[in-house]
Amino acid sequence: MRTRMLSLFVAVAVLALCTASPAQMTQYDEDQRWNTESHIGSLTGHATGAKVTYRRFCVGCHGVIGDGEGENAQWLDPKPRNFTLGQFKCRSTPTGTLPTDEDLYNTIGRGIVNSNMPAWFPLTNQERADLVAYVKHFSSKWTTEKAGQPIEIPAEPEITAERVKAGEGLFKKLECWKCHGVEGRANGPSADTLTDDQNRPIRPFNFHDGSRFKCGTTDQDLFKIFMTGLDGTPMPSFADNVKPEEAWELVMYLRTLQPANPLNTKEKIIAKQLGLKPINPYAAPPAQPESK
Amino acid sequence: MTAFRRCLAGALLFLFLSFGCIQDASALPAFARKYGLRCSACHLAWPVLNDFGMRFRDNGYQLMNEKDAPIWQNNGYWPVTFRITPNWHRESSNKVQVDTAAGAGAGEVQVTSHGYDISGLDFHTGGTLEKNLSFYVLPSSDSTGAFHFETVMGRLDNLFGSTWLNVKLGKFELDNMISEKRILTISNNGGFYQLYHFVPVGDTNVFGQMGDNQLGMEWMGHSFNDHTRVSAALVSSNDGQVGLPNGNSYSGFFTASQAFDAGGLGLQRIGGYAFIGEAPTNTLSLTAPTGEVTATGVPIVSTTPVPGSGFGNKSFSREGFFGLFYVKKFDFDVFYQHGSDDAYFGSATVAGTPLPTGARNPTWNGAFIESHYTWNPQLIFIQRSEWVRMSQQALPTNPSNLGNIDAYTFGYRWYPIMTSRAGFAWHNEYSWVRQRGTSPVTATDLSSSSLMLGFDFDF
Repeated sequence: MRTRMLSLFVAVAVLALCTASPAQMTQYDEDQRWNTESHIGSLTGHATGAKVTYRRFCVGCHGVIGDGEGENAQWLDPKPRNFTLGQFKCRSTPTGTLPTDEDLYNTIGRGIVNSNMPAWFPLTNQERADLVAYVKHFSSKWTTEKAGQPIEIPAEPEITAERVKAGEGLFKKLECWKCHGVEGRANGPSADTLTDDQNRPIRPFNFHDGSRFKCGTTDQDLFKIFMTGLDGTPMPSFADNVKPEEAWELVMYLRTLQPANPLNTKEKIIAKQLGLKPINPYAAPPAQPESK
Repeated sequence: MTAFRRCLAGALLFLFLSFGCIQDASALPAFARKYGLRCSACHLAWPVLNDFGMRFRDNGYQLMNEKDAPIWQNNGYWPVTFRITPNWHRESSNKVQVDTAAGAGAGEVQVTSHGYDISGLDFHTGGTLEKNLSFYVLPSSDSTGAFHFETVMGRLDNLFGSTWLNVKLGKFELDNMISEKRILTISNNGGFYQLYHFVPVGDTNVFGQMGDNQLGMEWMGHSFNDHTRVSAALVSSNDGQVGLPNGNSYSGFFTASQAFDAGGLGLQRIGGYAFIGEAPTNTLSLTAPTGEVTATGVPIVSTTPVPGSGFGNKSFSREGFFGLFYVKKFDFDVFYQHGSDDAYFGSATVAGTPLPTGARNPTWNGAFIESHYTWNPQLIFIQRSEWVRMSQQALPTNPSNLGNIDAYTFGYRWYPIMTSRAGFAWHNEYSWVRQRGTSPVTATDLSSSSLMLGFDFDF
């Protein structure tokens, strides 16, 4: 009788352990995630502080579990971000790394142009900081990896005709035209074939019609876009192929493709003086002067 | 199980079904459908706007994400929303004039009525015709189906690329930061702000009603983040009636406000307003035979005002301040008004004729505080207390408190669904109003109450 009782006790204990352990792990994981914080300047955001805010503003597109499959996702193009992947387009950090809290904070406040993601800066700074923490809590990546180190952006050099011309050369050499088109109208030969990491069709940026970029409006933002890439999209990082001074040259040339942008007039004046025409990607490179 | 326990179990089950099964909540579903945003994105609880919704409205119903123009919408999209509220309500008034043995209309009795009913029907349509070119049209009916245009306006937004240059023309709600058109209480007594429509007893000025949509033109400017807002409107003194029924007089409405980020508490907003204008006290008249005769064969004539012939303009003003304060789930709307009408309005005297002895400008002060507790985006509790106090009667013979108002309203709205496609609210409200010295026979205090339960929905 005593042995039987002992066996029963052991069996119950083993069964309890088997069932309880995974549950405790899950609970632990969940607790860990709810403790997620964000740090933006003097602000500290807490994931728990954004539960209602997320439900009010974000859940319809990004979904209850942050997988980008909210009730509206089926109607939206481009699709809402899947936070569980921990992959973000707008970063100041190198390709393949997590963005900084400030990157996410700025994205929430700025919105994503040409998408259904509005600029949420009417929310208070604290609400946005809390939302950053909430976005992070969806992906375990944030518990195992640290955000990347923001890239260095040197001071923008003076705009000169030589730099604009050099930027034009880079535009051709890096084959930007293949997607963005020779006039920046997003109609390059590859434009219709592009897909994102989840095999969904995606359009390149139309420089001709747009004055704002997905990840900002300034020259520095444009610099960042091609030096960090837009992770999850066909837009790669050129950090390994392009020197910072060359990146600035490309920025200056790209600005000449933006008649809709009321700013950056100096580049456009220079482009006019140079008589810049859309590049001919198939033209033979200019003959090099023979060395004597 | 005892009867008490069965009742308790039933009540708990009802509460569970009512509140426990809340999914997620949702106003102009036409906008929500266009942008794929839930109503809760723009509304504290629909129809009240939150800061994001205010910015959306101030930008001409645009999110400013370069996808606002109709060219980006599916061809089948048509921006129309209807709203109606089937309901049960109980109305009670303590002194209704009736016939008695003493004579026709000589008595006052309390009358209470209750039953099932429907509200009027609103058809909202609004949106963009092109980037920075927007419109809003609202045909609205009473509960019998008689329609009128509540709102018709076109807007030019962000002129010259500036958020400070926005112009609208047509019939529109004055730029009240505490919007009566978006009021959360909808019963007969509680469905409006007393101060937005207050006129002293015996006063003939019906033009200074801030709560009525007005015909005119408005300039509005705001900072990029909408924290700073200013507007000025020039409106016809016709109280929103079409066809120029009164004189050629105008009024101006001015408002300015500033919002402050109070960290974890939320965005706080304070501001001021002034509604200043003039309106006619008299019109030309026309006496003409009606075509009927009396029993003795005498032709019956009638005298009617000649439309558009108003004259003898006199002035009025309404000015004050407001605040929208948020303390996490609590928020408070505070409103103050000082009002004044010309003595001619106050004493119901037409300009050009002598004023009664001692007649002067009637003046008053009033305030309300409306508080909300947003339990979650799907459940909101509402309370409002409103007081109007006369500070000077037009006629010195009037009792000093004649016309003073006390109004109290409370209720809640529960939104069982919250999607980007439609809105539905279970609405429950009680409202009580008392006005001093205005009962029809004895000139004693008149009070009335409304109790309302209904389904408020839009699609």
